[in-house]
Amino acid sequence: MSLWKRLVGAALVAGAIAMAPPASAQTLRVVMHSDLKILDPIWTTAYIVRNHGYLVWDTLFAMDEKFEVKPQMVDKWDVSADKLTYTFTLRDGLEWHDGTPVTAEDCVASIKRWGAKDSMGQKLMGTTKELKVVDAKTFQLVLKEPYGLVLQSLGKPSSNVPFMMPKRVAETDPNTQIKPTDVIGSGPFIFKADEWKPGEKVVYVKNAKYKPRSEPPSGLAGGKVVKLDRVEWVWIADVQTQVNALISGEIDMIESPGHDLLPILAAEKSINLFNWNPTGNQFTMRFNTLHKPFDNPKIRTAALVALSQEPFLQAVVGDKQWYKVCKAMFICGTPLETTAGMDGVLNGDAAKAQQLLKEAGYDGTPIVLMQSTDLQVLTNLAPVAKVQLEKAGFKVDMQSMDWQTLVARRSKKDPPNAGGWHAFLTSWVAADILNPVMAGFLNASCDKAMFGWPCDEQLEKLRDQFSRESDPVKQKAIAEAVQKRWVEYPTHAHLGQWYQPLARRSNVDGNLVGAVPVFWNVTKK
Amino acid sequence: MFAFIVRRLIATIPVLLFVAVFAFMLLRMTKDDPAAIIAGDNATADQVDAIRAKLGLNEPLWSQFFIWSSRVLVGDFGESFFFKKTVAELILQRVEPTLMLSLCTIILAVLIAVPVGVLAAARQGSWVDRIVMGFSVMGFSVPVFVIGYLLIYVFAIVLGWLPVQGYRRISEGFGDFIIRLILPSITLAVIYIALISRITRASVIETLGEDYIRTARAKGLPARIVLLRHALRNAAVPIITVIGIGIALLIGGVVVTESVYNIPGIGRLTVDAVLARDFPVIQVVILMFSVVYVLVNLVIDLAYSVLDPRIRY
Repeated sequence: MSLWKRLVGAALVAGAIAMAPPASAQTLRVVMHSDLKILDPIWTTAYIVRNHGYLVWDTLFAMDEKFEVKPQMVDKWDVSADKLTYTFTLRDGLEWHDGTPVTAEDCVASIKRWGAKDSMGQKLMGTTKELKVVDAKTFQLVLKEPYGLVLQSLGKPSSNVPFMMPKRVAETDPNTQIKPTDVIGSGPFIFKADEWKPGEKVVYVKNAKYKPRSEPPSGLAGGKVVKLDRVEWVWIADVQTQVNALISGEIDMIESPGHDLLPILAAEKSINLFNWNPTGNQFTMRFNTLHKPFDNPKIRTAALVALSQEPFLQAVVGDKQWYKVCKAMFICGTPLETTAGMDGVLNGDAAKAQQLLKEAGYDGTPIVLMQSTDLQVLTNLAPVAKVQLEKAGFKVDMQSMDWQTLVARRSKKDPPNAGGWHAFLTSWVAADILNPVMAGFLNASCDKAMFGWPCDEQLEKLRDQFSRESDPVKQKAIAEAVQKRWVEYPTHAHLGQWYQPLARRSNVDGNLVGAVPVFWNVTKK
Repeated sequence: MFAFIVRRLIATIPVLLFVAVFAFMLLRMTKDDPAAIIAGDNATADQVDAIRAKLGLNEPLWSQFFIWSSRVLVGDFGESFFFKKTVAELILQRVEPTLMLSLCTIILAVLIAVPVGVLAAARQGSWVDRIVMGFSVMGFSVPVFVIGYLLIYVFAIVLGWLPVQGYRRISEGFGDFIIRLILPSITLAVIYIALISRITRASVIETLGEDYIRTARAKGLPARIVLLRHALRNAAVPIITVIGIGIALLIGGVVVTESVYNIPGIGRLTVDAVLARDFPVIQVVILMFSVVYVLVNLVIDLAYSVLDPRIRY
């Protein structure tokens, strides 16, 4: 290297070092899977807002890494003998970021706002007779009839999470977004509204007054001990730039590096990959049950018979280390894992599917299959589905569009040839589909169901039974019955489990295993 | 001159009106639904409906346009559908990075391209000329993102001299500000250096063939004075036109560079707003670009009269 080159290099590096703001070793700079545009985790179900929520707000209950619901803000709770009255008492020392104490009134208002928006919350509120404040730290939930999912609902790990907010914030209309200055929680981090630059960065600082539980952290439960002074979510839209920034040490972690970039990251000595969510995600094909031919459940079953999981996983993920063929609707590795009723489906049996189509009287109506082309993790799914369905005798009209166009179009009930649709492919985080009530695509309540609008009394009856049951053994039996009924009345097809490791620099450690990426317990040396 | 400026400014009103109506109608005709995007993937139809009503998207089109345009007329650009921030606030946050990147790029491009173009014209047919023209073809042909990634690889990853990405505002320290603009400015400047040097060369060659240049040489002026004072000044009109158009294109066209270097500018805001169907932001950004184009063209026209006394308005 010439003297000139050395001098230029030294001058540039010296300039950068001299002019850079003092970088604390305790500042973690992370690129999340998306930019944070919305701040209210009750207003939207977007995962990025849920993740933001876990930094700022706390929950009454939380799910640990073994899928058990544990108290979090709640100190003690009990249920009356008739299983109709739940009494909750808050822990000592809970405080909002503005210094005021957390009260039972705040919690009641927060549950009501969440219950007006979230599907599991709506179900809980539907069976609730009364939510009442007993004293500053105690409140009661009085039910109309026994309901088995009270704690699971309040400890729901994913969107919408029942976060506790101050009463004046929680009284905001559920369909109106809270203001940035109202992002006040009692959680382990404080949101810096003045440093939030949409499209650029979000800043959280350690809540020094937070009193963690004494139990060791596990999943979303246990002691939330913060070991960083500051967390910065830096938004870098370009995936290659994300990787370059991680390699050069400008950022410390990428939450969702693309699977095609994992080999590059794995080869770097200064970086390691960590699978924080061992239950992962599930690819899914959603049917629109309103229109011919998918209005006929037998034709949807034929599609289930025609489909096979591994080609989908290969097409998107590729490396077997990061995927798992899994027929269990409620995710492999969870308490409700079961293969009941699944023998004859998802085997890619084109001949059997053809036979079923013939019996069902399929008239060759083309399936309008929407393909999302801008989300790397979804793009390759639709072409695989098209090939598998066509092999079985379906006619498929695959239409490509960006994800947001797909999102807008999937809410339309119009016939497929008039701007509607028959099917599309997406992915669920496992934490959202752990049981028949949580799993939104199993909601078969006709007009009130999610897009696709399945309508089946039996499925709804089983889901109601599940929600009333609190015995895990009986719950599992109901989940098996749901899965068996689903084979006869398919609402969607699940197409395999896949895992998304995070990439972090080797000086970062302590990420917890769980349903959501969190930042307590994380260290940076 | 003053009357000309006033006339030109008045003429922008119908242009902006047309752009406003066009942008508004185009977005509504796409039948996209921001409410479905806001509600998130797990939202029910009822949740989407409630948000749609809250955003006023169920109102008739004429009513939506009337409300929006009457607010814009009094300087209220509305609030983003997503961010709990006003559109004006969002745009103001993004103006500095784009403006600074554009400024650095155009200064770099002009400082390199004009001398190089003049040199190539003065040495027409020589190896200098061939190198300049060769670089020019390469500058046009290689995509911006390829240049960007190559520069990052060499100067940020291998040599570690410069940062990979990011932007710091001037208020956060000039050194950190400028060091983060070096690679993006070079990346973006390549195509403008190619364009401006080519135009400069052609224009100066044309001027060097004029009678008054022969006269200047005949009266014994040094070649440098002939080239810079007589040839370059008279060749300046097309060069200024290209630089002006370049500035206008830069402000609206830095999207790729902003993405590769993670610069939170207007280009990225536009792309994000389009992808999210954030109608209020898209509408105002389009209007803003129209104003910039109109003003830049006005400044170019005014510059003509300064450079060429024969041009009068």
